[in-house]
Amino acid sequence: MSWWNRLWRRRQMEEQLERELRFHLEEHTTELYADGHALDEAQRQARLAIGGPEQVKELCRDARGTRWLEDLLQDFRYALRTLWQKPGFAAVTLMTLALGIGATTVMFTVVNGVLLKPLPYPQPNELVSVHGHSNDWNTGAFGDQNVAYLDFLDLQRQSNSVTLAGTLYNGGTVSQPGEPEYIYYREVSNNLFSVLRVKLAQGRAFLSEDDRIGAGPVAILGYSFWQRHFAGSPQIVGTSLTLDQKSYMIIGIAPAGMQLDGEEPDLYAPLGQDTAKFLRNRKAHPIGTMARLSPRSTTALARAELDLIGRHLAQQYPDSNADRTFLVQPLRPEVGGVGPTLWLLLGAVSLVLLIACANIASLLLARAVSREREFAMRAALGASRGRLVRQCLTESAVLGLLGGALGVLLAVLGTRPFVAFWPGDLPRGKDVQLDWHVLLFALGVSLLSGLFFGLAPAMRAPARKLEQALRAGGRTVVGSSRRLHAIFVTFEVALAVVLLISAGTLGRTLLRLASLDPGVNVRNVLVARMALPPGVLADTGRIRPAWQDVLDRARQVPGVQSATIVDTVPLREGNNQLGYWTTADVPPENRQPLTLTTCVMPEYLKVMGIALRQGRFFDERDRMGSGQVVVIDEVMAQQAFGNENPIGKRLWMPTMGPTPYEIVGVVGHVRYWGLASDDQAQVRAQLYYPFSQLPDQLLHRWSELMSIIVRTGTPPLGLVASLRHELRGATGDQVVYQVRTLEQLASNSIAQQRFLLLLFSVFAGLALPLACIGIYGVLAYLTSQRVPEIGLRMALGASAWNVMRMVLRQSLGMILAGVGVGVAGALIAARLLKSSVAGVRSIEPLTFALMVSLLVAAALLASFVPARRASRVDPMSALRQE
Amino acid sequence: MTAKSDLPQGTLDLLILKVVALGPVHGYAIAQRLQQVSRDVVQVPQGSLYPALHRLENRGLLAADWKETDTGREAKFYRLTRKGRAQLGAEAASWERLTAAVGLILKLSEGGAE
Repeated sequence: MSWWNRLWRRRQMEEQLERELRFHLEEHTTELYADGHALDEAQRQARLAIGGPEQVKELCRDARGTRWLEDLLQDFRYALRTLWQKPGFAAVTLMTLALGIGATTVMFTVVNGVLLKPLPYPQPNELVSVHGHSNDWNTGAFGDQNVAYLDFLDLQRQSNSVTLAGTLYNGGTVSQPGEPEYIYYREVSNNLFSVLRVKLAQGRAFLSEDDRIGAGPVAILGYSFWQRHFAGSPQIVGTSLTLDQKSYMIIGIAPAGMQLDGEEPDLYAPLGQDTAKFLRNRKAHPIGTMARLSPRSTTALARAELDLIGRHLAQQYPDSNADRTFLVQPLRPEVGGVGPTLWLLLGAVSLVLLIACANIASLLLARAVSREREFAMRAALGASRGRLVRQCLTESAVLGLLGGALGVLLAVLGTRPFVAFWPGDLPRGKDVQLDWHVLLFALGVSLLSGLFFGLAPAMRAPARKLEQALRAGGRTVVGSSRRLHAIFVTFEVALAVVLLISAGTLGRTLLRLASLDPGVNVRNVLVARMALPPGVLADTGRIRPAWQDVLDRARQVPGVQSATIVDTVPLREGNNQLGYWTTADVPPENRQPLTLTTCVMPEYLKVMGIALRQGRFFDERDRMGSGQVVVIDEVMAQQAFGNENPIGKRLWMPTMGPTPYEIVGVVGHVRYWGLASDDQAQVRAQLYYPFSQLPDQLLHRWSELMSIIVRTGTPPLGLVASLRHELRGATGDQVVYQVRTLEQLASNSIAQQRFLLLLFSVFAGLALPLACIGIYGVLAYLTSQRVPEIGLRMALGASAWNVMRMVLRQSLGMILAGVGVGVAGALIAARLLKSSVAGVRSIEPLTFALMVSLLVAAALLASFVPARRASRVDPMSALRQE
Repeated sequence: MTAKSDLPQGTLDLLILKVVALGPVHGYAIAQRLQQVSRDVVQVPQGSLYPALHRLENRGLLAADWKETDTGREAKFYRLTRKGRAQLGAEAASWERLTAAVGLILKLSEGGAE
């Protein structure tokens, strides 16, 4: 019989035990009777011999081995019954807990999905990435370096420890079938899907026959692109589409949600068919890699092998590969920089949960003190100390688990809205789901919470001074309880201070950021990426007229005041950082200062509303063949020339050619990296050069990156449809995409701060009333315990004011202690905020003073009610009560 | 009546297993037999007999069924399980080794005194 079975058939077991002992007693009695004893004497002796049937039964029950479970069930039922008897108390504690645990679980669900879950491929721990590395590469500024295509092919051929797949980022216009659309796609090696062990949703993967120059163009659609552009039509495999005027046969559809580097490609094409010249150049490093370790291989082994291959390549091609090595790292999901933000939020939400727990702890403590008599009675009846502690802990565990169950329910409802509410797209948002990790976490948190708020009351359970407790009927004031209560209040206040000051700091930050001058006039400006037709791009001579035609058409649109084109746009992703030097003896690349370089037209200054500080901006004088000119911003002027006048000075920019550039003007600084991040950005210097002087060989590449910017007289979003229509061009395949207003971009650049401020305000908004309720509850309890004392004081002549002051002083002591601890905590929190959120500065004294006085005022208000009640104690009835 | 001895620690289980090994038997009979066989030297505290029986049953050394006695009454009869028989063998052997060793030591000290 299993222990479960024994527990289940408890009643039957009890009955059998009773029968067995009765049989024994009766047999013994019969025998003694037969020996000549009188019947009642025989019964007495039999009972004596066995030593008390009830004690024997207890011992037998212990021997059964299910005793602890039976006790647990008993305590469990008792706990539920006590909760049921006090529905008000139960509702308040359960709601508080459910909110705390629910919010914590939501945050953990997000952290789990975004940061902790492995990549969604089979055996993700076998996946690694391979990056190039050389000493002159600035990883801090540009991130990990990719691999040259020819190096990639060599690695793929020579490595035994990994199977390597490569991808190349690309973009183009799909003109047939359907509406023309600009898409992002990946050229991939034919083994990508097999390396990742991904099964296509439809059709087949690429074969090695597809992956070579001259093979028939084939494409695999991304799932979302298939849904969006082809409305998920099931008969799409086997048809063809036109991408950049080349016809591709669609051979398959990738599975839903398949992402590379954190985004879902619209389309996949074979990398091996690409004839681009830069792919044959070992000095260009465009290929991203993913690799799977061979069976029995390890990352360390792969690292050693690829390092060796790298050294061979360096000997073979010293011109391009000298000092070049390869780095092998475990492949990690791409989540951008959300990690610190998520941990920060999980930390903040845990503080709210801790406050909730402290609150419940002090409520339970108050109840435990009033239940002192019950415990004394139980102890007198033979309950051991351990047994009483266990009962108390079971009660709080029941509270914790019930609160946790409600909390998980809240988390189930709350996670989706939270993810939707995230500014922009939460990376790996689809992976944020409730799974058993989350449930385990919630269970752990519930039990820990239960332990946390149950331990203090449970430790009171030891039946100290039994008779005293029984005699006093639980009316005496117990000193240690007052101290414990004070600790809980101090704790709550401290946590509330941390949250309030954090929220205040974020609020100040946001106010400061919003009042900053972005350096451009963000009102009524529309920004969009723009693709010229591939037919035009192929012929360098047609590119400049085509852009001129685009601008002419844009200016025709009613409402457009001015228009221009530019390669990179401030406040948006994408930039071009180039090294410069102020004399002809240019040092090596890794020692040149960097500047953000932008290719502009003369209208740029007017369209963007950038201030001209000195000299001039570009005009029609600056043509191909005339002297090469640039305009720099005030930050660069300061960096490069200090207090000297930069006008007329020359700059050497090796990547743009050997001839120096002449500085003709200085303009205001633009917060290129966003309102929040610009101050901390590594590269802040800015340099502009005219589109008219852009060398012809760069014209093709630059035109693929161009954006069009228009300043409007009316709200800019109203012009999108007519602009899109007007700019479609003669062939109808010029596409405008990624349409934003400059205002949206500016606002997005502080979205993280706004979002954090909102959440911290919510947390602080929860913490403040919770702490106040806690203070109110504790004081109300403590003063009610002191009623006889207060009565005595009043009978001896204390005024109502004296009594009130006495209670308020007691409360102020706890509050100030909490503020002291909280301020220390807030300093740590502020440092965390400063290091993980752009734009946050150290706590300002004003924020500090404001938040602390807000808390002290609220806390005193909460203590006012019990203080007033104490001052109204009627001395006569209070004394009579004693 | 001769002087009664208390049972050494842990021997009660061994004695119970031995008695039950002779055939299915109920609790009262076990107590009787222990007393008779030891000629009243071993006084089994009846209060600890039943907890011991339940413990042995719980450990799977004993099994129990309800059966009729000779007098036609229902009683709980204990019998040895395979595991119990093995345990009995092991414990009896170790007991014999122990008593033999103790006997040897006692003889030695007597010889030394003479």
